[in-house]
Parts: sequence; C-alpha cells; structure tokens
Amino acid sequence: MRMTGARALVRSLEAEGVDVVFGYPGGVALPIFDELYDAESIRKILVRHEQGATHAADGYARATGKPGVVLVTSGPGATNTVTGIANAYMDSIPMVVITAQVATHVLGTDAFQETDITGITIPVTKHNYLVKDASELPAAIHEAFHIATTGRPGPVLIDVPVDVSKAELEYTKPPQVSLPGYKPTYKGHAKQIKQAAMLVSKARKPLLYAGGGVLASGAWAELKELAELMQLPVTTTMMGKGAFPEDHHLWIGMPGMHGAKYTNYSITETDLLIAVGVRFDDRVTGKLATFASKAKIIHVDIDPAEIGKNRVADVPIVGDAKHVLASVTAELRKMGAEPRTDAWMRVIDDWRGRFPLHYHGDDPEVLMPQFVVERVDAMSREFNDVIVATEVGQNQMWACQFHHVRKPRSWVSSGGLGTMGFGLPSAIGAQAGRPDALVIDIAGDGSLQMVSQELATARIHDLPVKVVILNNGFLGMVRQWQELFYERRYSESVLGQDVPDFVKLAEAYDCLGIRVTRPAELDDALKRAFEHDGPAVVDCRVHPEENVFPMVAPGGSIDEMLGGIPGGPVSEMLDDDLLEEVWE
Amino acid sequence: MKHTLSVLVENKPGVLTRVASLFARRGFNIDSLAVGVTEDPTLSRMTIVVNAAETPIEQVAKQLHKLINVIKIQDLHPGDMIDRELVLFKVNAAPERRHEVIEIANVFRAKVVDVGKNSLTIEATGSGDKLAAMEDLLRAYGIKELARTGKIALARGSKES
Repeated sequence: MRMTGARALVRSLEAEGVDVVFGYPGGVALPIFDELYDAESIRKILVRHEQGATHAADGYARATGKPGVVLVTSGPGATNTVTGIANAYMDSIPMVVITAQVATHVLGTDAFQETDITGITIPVTKHNYLVKDASELPAAIHEAFHIATTGRPGPVLIDVPVDVSKAELEYTKPPQVSLPGYKPTYKGHAKQIKQAAMLVSKARKPLLYAGGGVLASGAWAELKELAELMQLPVTTTMMGKGAFPEDHHLWIGMPGMHGAKYTNYSITETDLLIAVGVRFDDRVTGKLATFASKAKIIHVDIDPAEIGKNRVADVPIVGDAKHVLASVTAELRKMGAEPRTDAWMRVIDDWRGRFPLHYHGDDPEVLMPQFVVERVDAMSREFNDVIVATEVGQNQMWACQFHHVRKPRSWVSSGGLGTMGFGLPSAIGAQAGRPDALVIDIAGDGSLQMVSQELATARIHDLPVKVVILNNGFLGMVRQWQELFYERRYSESVLGQDVPDFVKLAEAYDCLGIRVTRPAELDDALKRAFEHDGPAVVDCRVHPEENVFPMVAPGGSIDEMLGGIPGGPVSEMLDDDLLEEVWE
Repeated sequence: MKHTLSVLVENKPGVLTRVASLFARRGFNIDSLAVGVTEDPTLSRMTIVVNAAETPIEQVAKQLHKLINVIKIQDLHPGDMIDRELVLFKVNAAPERRHEVIEIANVFRAKVVDVGKNSLTIEATGSGDKLAAMEDLLRAYGIKELARTGKIALARGSKES
C-alpha cells in the first residue's frame, strides 16, 4: 500500500502494539505528529521538556516491561532527550526514541535545528539509525523495537529526516527481523549450569546477589523458587528492588555503599556468590579486592561483556536469567539437593538483629526523612498496586532503605547514571503505563526543581502521581559528602527550604499541595494526597542535616562502614559458636 | 602484547565511527586500523591492531561484539595469519645518491613509483618487521614524508575450518 513515511512510521508503531507515546512537536516533526493525530489506539502525552519524555518513557518501561516510546523534533528537541537516553542505557531499559531531522538534502550544512543526533547518541544507545530512504523506514522501526527489547535491553534511536516523512513508499508488513551481527544467547550452557548447581548444593554460606537483569528477564518467580528450594539468602541491588519480595525472610537487604551492615557483612563472609543480572557496579562492590573475597562466583548475565569485566567468575553463564535460574533449580531437584543454610541464616539473622537500619527520631517537633519514607511504605501498603519512583541523592537512598518493594516492576529509580530529575517524569510514565496503580515519587527538593514543569503534564493528562518531597533545603547527598570529606564546607549545596514554595508551586499547576512540618501531621497529609483524585505534592520539611547511614567511604571495603550502629569489619563481628555450626 | 583482530562488519555508513568511538570511550588503544570492502559488497573487513597491555583483549572483543553491525571477530595469532602493510616512503635522494636508495628498495623487493628532482617515492609491502627495517635504513637519507595503510591480515588457509 502506498503511503507517506510519516504514515508508515505510525503504522509501524501500531503494529508494534505501542499504546503510549511521550513527545514534543517541532518543525520537522510535524508530518509525523500530523499522522499521530489520527492514531486512536495511541495515547499521546505532551511533556513540558523533552528530557521529561525520555524519563517518562523509561518509567513506563520499568513499570510495564514494555518499551517506552518517545517522539521529538530535531536539534534541541533531540539533544534534550540525551540525558534520558543515557539513563536508560546505563540501566538497560528498553526504549525507542524517534527524532525528526532536517531534510536529507541539507544534512551536513548546519541547517536550522540540525544536529548530528545519531553521532551524539552512539555512546548511549544500544543502536541507532539515520533513515535516509523512506523505503527503509518500516524495517528500521521494527529492528529498533527488536533490538531495544531483546538480549540486554536498551534504548534505540531512529532519526527521520522530514523529506523521508513526506516521501511515499510501498508499505508492506516487514519480514522477520534479520540482523546477522545480533544474536543474543538466551539458553545457558548446560555444563556450566550443572557446575553451578553443584556449587550451590555444596555451599555452606551461599548468597544470591540479584539485580536489574532479573526484572528485565521477568525471572522473579524463578529467583524465588531457587531461593526457597535451597533456602538461599537474597540481596537485591538498587536496580533489582522488587525482584524478590522484601517482606520475605530470605531477603537480606540491599548491598553496597548505603546497604545495611548485615547485608554487607553477609557478602563479605559468603563462600558462594550467585550473581544474577548484576554487573558488580562500584556502588555495590566498594573496594573490589575485598568484595566477596572468600567466595566462589557464579555470574549469570545475558551480556557476555559483563562477565569478567569487574570480577572474574568461577562459573560464568551467559544467558537469560529466567532460563538459567529455572535450569539450575531443575538440576538441583534432579540431584535431590537439600538446603543446608540453616546455621548460615542464623549468622545473618544475628547480624540483622544487632545491626538493623536505624535513625534517631524521637523529637515530636522534628520530621525525619526516614520516618517519612517509613510512613509512605506503611500507608501505601493498603493499596493493591503501588509503584515508588525516586529522585537521586539522599531521598533515593532513604527510599531504598525504608521502603520495602514487594512486587516486581514497582520500583522506578535511576541507577547507573544517577540522574537528578528522573523521579517525577518517570513516575508520570509509570502512571501512564499502570493507570490504576498508586504512583509515588519520593523526591528531594533539589532534584524536583530540575523537572517541576512536568507537574503540568501530570495534571493535564490526569496522571495522579503523588510527589512526597523530603525537603531539607540542601543538595543533601552533596552536603553529606562535604560534611564527611570536605570539612563541612557547603560549597554550592545550599538551596534553602522556602524557595520555591512547593505548596504554591503545586497549586499553580492545579495540583494538591500540602506542607508537613511536624511528624504528627504526616499521616493525615499522606492520606489526603493518596486519596486525592489528581496529582499531589507533599512538602515535608525534614531535618536539614540528616545523613544517610551506614555508608561505605568511596573506595573502601563494604564491611567497613561509617555511621549506623557501631560495629567493626566482619572479621570482628563473627560469633564463633554460630560459625562452627555453619561448618558442622 | 599486540593483538590483530580481524573484524567482519556490515558495509554501512557510520560503522567505522561506531568502532572507533567504542575504542576511544572504553580506553582501548588502537595501533592501526585498516578497513575495506570484502568479496561480498555488503560486508567490510576491519583489521585492527590493538595494544592489549592495559586492556584484556577478551573485553575488547566482547564490547565489539555488542555493536549490532559487527558480525564476526577473529583474534589472529601471529603464526596463523598472513599480514601485510603497504608503506609509501618519500625519501631525499639527490641524483648522485639515487642509486643507493634504489638498491635498498630492490633488496626489500620494493618499487620506485615516483622520481622527483631530489626525491624518490618508494612503495613497499610486507610484514611490520620488514617495513621497520627498511624505514630504519631509509632514515639515513632523510624521509620527507611517509604514509602507511595499517596492517591487513587474513587467517592462513590451513587454519580454516
């Protein structure tokens, strides 16, 4: 069928089952937006800044498991997406970004709103396309979706010159995608899986270390099955929050820089680290040489380049977490393996009892940020479907520590890139993908100001996200580092709690705004916000100089933590009697 | 340690940029890179010589494999490959010393491809060692300009599966 490139593009999106597009129009994008106008099955969400579009698409993808789709114009429209693309790339989030481009005959002439967006995004996309011939457009779009969603997911960008949008082409349903250089490995190597099962069956102090890959692969049921079969303790990274229910006895917290002491002690002491869909990121490992240094390592990842990149694996398994975990469990069943972690769990529980996450918060006049998160956690429990997004910094770490994610795809937080301003737009995207969920953005006053214009998007598109600001008037994590490592010289980290007035800001966007200054006011405010039928902002004036503890100093060993309940490195924290039982 | 990677890629615009920028951003050092179309016009072969002292070659290859346009990577071992490089030397050669330079070229089975009033241009092909030895000798006459293609290589026929 003959049609324009723009129509074929929209057709292709429909064929991919796209139901939401986050975008912002502009000159050379007009032919595509014009076609989109009639596409009834696609919900169009007009953001207020293109960075918001990519973050929203990212949040949508994390909440639904489907690729997020973005459509913007050339030049500044395209460059404004870059931070959101880089964020999705670092966290392996499937996304398809369509940028319009100046006409092919002026490409390379510095035409108005021309920018080399494919060149700019090579380092932050899984792949990208500049489509110069309309006949290649449908295939490029289908390839983009295939690449974005298979193997290790990631963002793919398609740059579409305006004359390509206007040109006619013969649209046929494109054939099966064929990419000779792209064949991800899904099935793990049988011999390696046997080897892994053998090690798991013999280990006395095993530990599952699960990350974002478990969520990307949809392998949470398989993870739980393996953990329960062998009674393996599980630590989930920040990216892996929700891969394992955090109210489960076997869940032992988040590892790394702001992990609990008992979690980091367990990693330091384990004799078998079963790493699934993780990349041994520096925020998790601290000093690599002392990270799980007593352990053999099983490393499962669909990206071969992650295996051995930071830590050599004893049993490397390239494959999809869902398949590999199921195979290892099947192998263990076949072997008749029995759990033997009873004493090891008692060691961990002993640490858990002695070194819980805690904070000082008994002053009725002082609102503690951790208390706010605890109440958000408790009060949101009454809702069936809850998604928590975060900004970046202290707010994010407290959310990690005190909000317990119970279901997969219910946690939306910027991991690898650490992008301030991610929370609100990603919450909006998550809400667009899951309209019935209660979506809460645990925000900081600094991060929120980077994207506060998206309150308009939330209000106008009826996406009733709840923004809970831990307003301390500082760039809190920066201030914390300055306090600890720069002699309290608060260079450019002071924002002040009063400007802007977030309640008035919320009201300016026709959202509900509530201020909370005392702990006693919090529950009522949260209840009102959660029950409000539109977006709400709760401005919590929290203790300005509270720190996130415990903390591993940058480059330090993860069992040597600052703050929290006093305790030394793990070697001093072992109960000899309990340890003996482990080996009995 | 130097590794010679023979990389089969799709012959499409921008592929060289993708490969080169990967090396740059991952901090891998390229000694030389030569690229050209193969017997199949949809494919190009890149011969990349990598200094793998700092970066494990395995990580370089794995990262390269992640590029969608990269189809196949071979890490060629010195004994199992044929490798060649082509160099053009423009050498100072006043008329009275031309014959000396021509003699050197002959010894290395190189060709004189251009003659100027005071210079000779020599085309030489061969392995890195041979070309280095030749360059060393020609330096005594003064090398005015030098251009090289970078190494190209293929696995030996006896190593084919």
